[in-house]
Amino acid sequence: MAMQQEPHETKKATVAPASAPTGETPVPNAAKHPPNDAPNNASTPMRTVKLPAGIKGVEMTEVERQIPMDEPPVLPVNAELSVIGKRTPRIDGRLKVTGAARYTADVRLPGMLFARIVTSPHPHARVRSVDTSAAERHPNVRAVHVLDRILGNAELRDKSKELPARYPIVRFAGQPVAAVAAVTQADADEAARLIKIDYEPLPFVVDADRAKAKDAPLVFPGAADQAGTAGGGGGPRGVPQEGNVRGPVESGPRGQQPGDVEKGFAEADVTVEGEFRTQVQTHSALETHGVVVDWKPDGLTVYASTQGTASVRDEFAAIFNLKKSQVRVVTEFMGGGFGAKFGAGNFGVIAAHLSKKAGAPVRLMLDRKDEHLSVGNRPSSVQRLKIGAKRDGQLTAIHLQSYGTAGTGTGAGSGGPAQNMYQCPNIRTEESDVFTHAGPAAAFRAPGHPQGCFALEQVIDELAERLQMDPLALRDKIDESPARREERRIGAAKINWPRRRAPGADSGPIKRGVGVAQAVWYRLINLDSACEVRITRDASVELLSGVQDIGGGIRTALAQVVAEELGLKPKDIAVRIGDTSYPAGPASGGSMTTGSISPAARNAAWKVKQQMLQEVAVSLGTSADKLVMRDGQVFVYEEAQKVAEGNGRTSHAAPIRKLSFKQAAARLKTEQIAARASRADDYGGFLFKGGADFGFGIGIYGGVQFAEVAVDTETGIVKVERVVAVHDCGRPLNPLAVESQINGGVLQGISYALYENRILDRNTGLMVNPNLEQYKILGARETPQIEVHLIEEYLGRNSTDAGGIGEPSTIPTAAAIANAFYNATGVRVREIPMTPARVLAALDGKKGGAR
Amino acid sequence: MSDEDERDVKQRVTRRGFLKGAGLTAAGAAILESGLVGASEGASAAEAPAPVVVGPGRVAMTIRLNGASRRVEVEPRTTLAEALRFELGLTGTKVVCDRGSCSACTVWLDGTPVCSCMTLALDAAGRGVTTIEGLADGETLHPVQEAFIEYDATQCGFCTPGMIMSCAALLRKNADPTLEEVKTATSGNLCRCGTYPKVFEATLAAARQSGGKKGAAE
Repeated sequence: MAMQQEPHETKKATVAPASAPTGETPVPNAAKHPPNDAPNNASTPMRTVKLPAGIKGVEMTEVERQIPMDEPPVLPVNAELSVIGKRTPRIDGRLKVTGAARYTADVRLPGMLFARIVTSPHPHARVRSVDTSAAERHPNVRAVHVLDRILGNAELRDKSKELPARYPIVRFAGQPVAAVAAVTQADADEAARLIKIDYEPLPFVVDADRAKAKDAPLVFPGAADQAGTAGGGGGPRGVPQEGNVRGPVESGPRGQQPGDVEKGFAEADVTVEGEFRTQVQTHSALETHGVVVDWKPDGLTVYASTQGTASVRDEFAAIFNLKKSQVRVVTEFMGGGFGAKFGAGNFGVIAAHLSKKAGAPVRLMLDRKDEHLSVGNRPSSVQRLKIGAKRDGQLTAIHLQSYGTAGTGTGAGSGGPAQNMYQCPNIRTEESDVFTHAGPAAAFRAPGHPQGCFALEQVIDELAERLQMDPLALRDKIDESPARREERRIGAAKINWPRRRAPGADSGPIKRGVGVAQAVWYRLINLDSACEVRITRDASVELLSGVQDIGGGIRTALAQVVAEELGLKPKDIAVRIGDTSYPAGPASGGSMTTGSISPAARNAAWKVKQQMLQEVAVSLGTSADKLVMRDGQVFVYEEAQKVAEGNGRTSHAAPIRKLSFKQAAARLKTEQIAARASRADDYGGFLFKGGADFGFGIGIYGGVQFAEVAVDTETGIVKVERVVAVHDCGRPLNPLAVESQINGGVLQGISYALYENRILDRNTGLMVNPNLEQYKILGARETPQIEVHLIEEYLGRNSTDAGGIGEPSTIPTAAAIANAFYNATGVRVREIPMTPARVLAALDGKKGGAR
Repeated sequence: MSDEDERDVKQRVTRRGFLKGAGLTAAGAAILESGLVGASEGASAAEAPAPVVVGPGRVAMTIRLNGASRRVEVEPRTTLAEALRFELGLTGTKVVCDRGSCSACTVWLDGTPVCSCMTLALDAAGRGVTTIEGLADGETLHPVQEAFIEYDATQCGFCTPGMIMSCAALLRKNADPTLEEVKTATSGNLCRCGTYPKVFEATLAAARQSGGKKGAAE
């Protein structure tokens, strides 16, 4: 799951129903959680405001809501603002382009040691003995650690089902067993090779289809659940398990009870079904997972390449029995995460043990092979999807049966899109995990959703064909989202949809086609999101928050929000983030960052502004409520209005009482003023809340993508030539950076559809391509022309009304390519990646009439 | 001092000595072609002057790093990327795959982009190395750096140094590249966030902005 992983079981349990990213039950049971339109605390003084609502260019209205008195004034639409909504280059751009940005991999501390992990070469084994004596004798070794616990793998519900073991049972090739810390990396590598581990290899299975067999080697000799500590995977507990098959988890529309699909299919005029397969994809962030841990008697500092400074701190505190205040996590810059970097990780725990033992800071960055093997991946899926519809297109039933492997983890569901995209009275999803002896999955950019859309959006297209309807017209009929309706309209115009031809229209060997697919994602809010804004007498302004920038550009977005409020420029704001010694920030997952933290930033900026205005009002001979801050000035609003109305005839008008921001700051009574704010509940409440710190917002994210492909029917090579991506993310704060994230989502989606594949050898259980040349990822040559169009959608739910884009932007891409492939060739590819061999086989199947 | 060191290394790194120290490897072949070998041209190994073994301990060498002469001690097995990051404190150069498949570690060696993870530090002895830290002219950024900021060609930023070194190298050779030429120049640079479209835009804009002038020296 992509949302914040809470290390506490209790929290995990309450969050689980909304584990949208696992694809298990993306939307809560509405019956159990009625929309909460009443304020949380009836005693909070409230006021009534009118907020902009609707889609710019379609229909804009105002919505009236009760909001707490201490919320800032309503923010007008972007067109009326000076900083928010403007294309703003990143304020940390200079650090990034000069190499000055400091990532975890770049941290050097005095006396810092380097570590290397020794991992198991066997996919399933008992460790009989570990002999570290030779490594300990290495002159430059300073500490050795043998693991007594593994994070990330699921764990047996009943531990007595397995013989006790001195060392953790090895359940995948690449599982850490021991580690060393030494003076240099080369020393550590040398010493790691001196550790002798005696294994008793056990039978294993790495293929999900084989693992389902009754006689398959068992990954766990009993039912197992994955704790939420691992920073990925996870899912509901207590699910039935037989052999390696855990599930099915049954669900219905929007997290409610499953519908009566038999009845639905009986009512259908047309039914379409198909089986779809997707591969395991590894995150392959360029900066590998890693930490520098500095263990001191009074606590530890962890420099971590993480998406969640707070979740890493919490997990370290829990594992080492420390107070949270004794753990400081710092993430100045991080080189990509995509969902896999939330927890302390085995590597982090190892580094902490080594640092404690050695009395020196320890750097432990995984190498590329370990990165592929041990720290997460997107689970595979095999989905059998059947949809029934009336002749007019109205859906009568959606039935999904899926299984997939998350290796030694859980969370391979792919039902989210089937449950949440379209209107249908009878929806039933049955999702199962299949345990295999492979590294545990982790949340990966919209968990379950690219998989689910790959099946759903192809079946919807097939249905349209059977109904002799245009695929867009069918979606207009069955999709209630106003955002996606507008996105279809815009995208269709840009791609020139009417020129789309019948399937397989090209007569030559290269066949071209156009396809469409859509996304669904959820408004997830982490309420543990706080900011402090400070103004100092020299007019410097700082924002502090624990939130980290994983590449989306939250640093710049926060600077924009503060600058807008204070009438300054983004570059005037020093944004200090990625440090748990600042106010708590949300984890960056679930496309939650912007929607969670930007309202806190605005509220803090507004509060500190009120304080500043109070202090300077006296010297301007007025009261704070008469003053505004704009264009670097503090002035009396009414006087400025009069001058403006006077049309420049200012000679006889009263002068405007004003100060520059700098002059105003100089009049502060103290050297510095500060205000802090936490993310408040959404205006009008949430659909439901998961514990105190998590809100499931009303409304959804959409996104519609169109792809043009060229299929070489002689070589089987598929090229994506053009993508039009039309998306919504509430109020866009920085369209420039949003556009970048959408490009990234599209490109990862193309890479997923055509190239990436973690290949495990079923005979040895080893990954055969744990590198970056044989694990093929899209590069410059495969990058098509991408046109991004962003709509502005106002929901009136909080003080910024901004949302995320990371996940929706990658959800529909593979499905759009598959639909374009069909339009090009008249053949469906139901399995990705679309390698030349697979494409040729599919095309041959058509010739032979097999498909 | 620095020149002496260079000669010192050049004399001490001989073919036989190198082979003895490091074994016959692809890397060995690379160093033999680099001009560091003491043996005279056409002479066989047997006729070469008596070899001097360097390593496995640290060996002193100098390089011209971002225009300044720097002395550094490295083990013969140390890559240029490791020397830059861990010995010389220049962490702008990133290591991602450590085997030449992603170009994140791209630096210029005598003006030519190379993967510093695939280049032994000793191979750079006496030669000019330009890293991302040396691309700007003081406070004035290289046009490619400026354009990367303006066009938002960074996301997480981890591929950015290598990407910029590839794009800036392209503009030195070809002041007015086509989109296809930019794609070719960056075809080895892996970006996981998907900045490619903006990298192309930025590089083409930097070329326009430079008005055909050649890029920064080195």
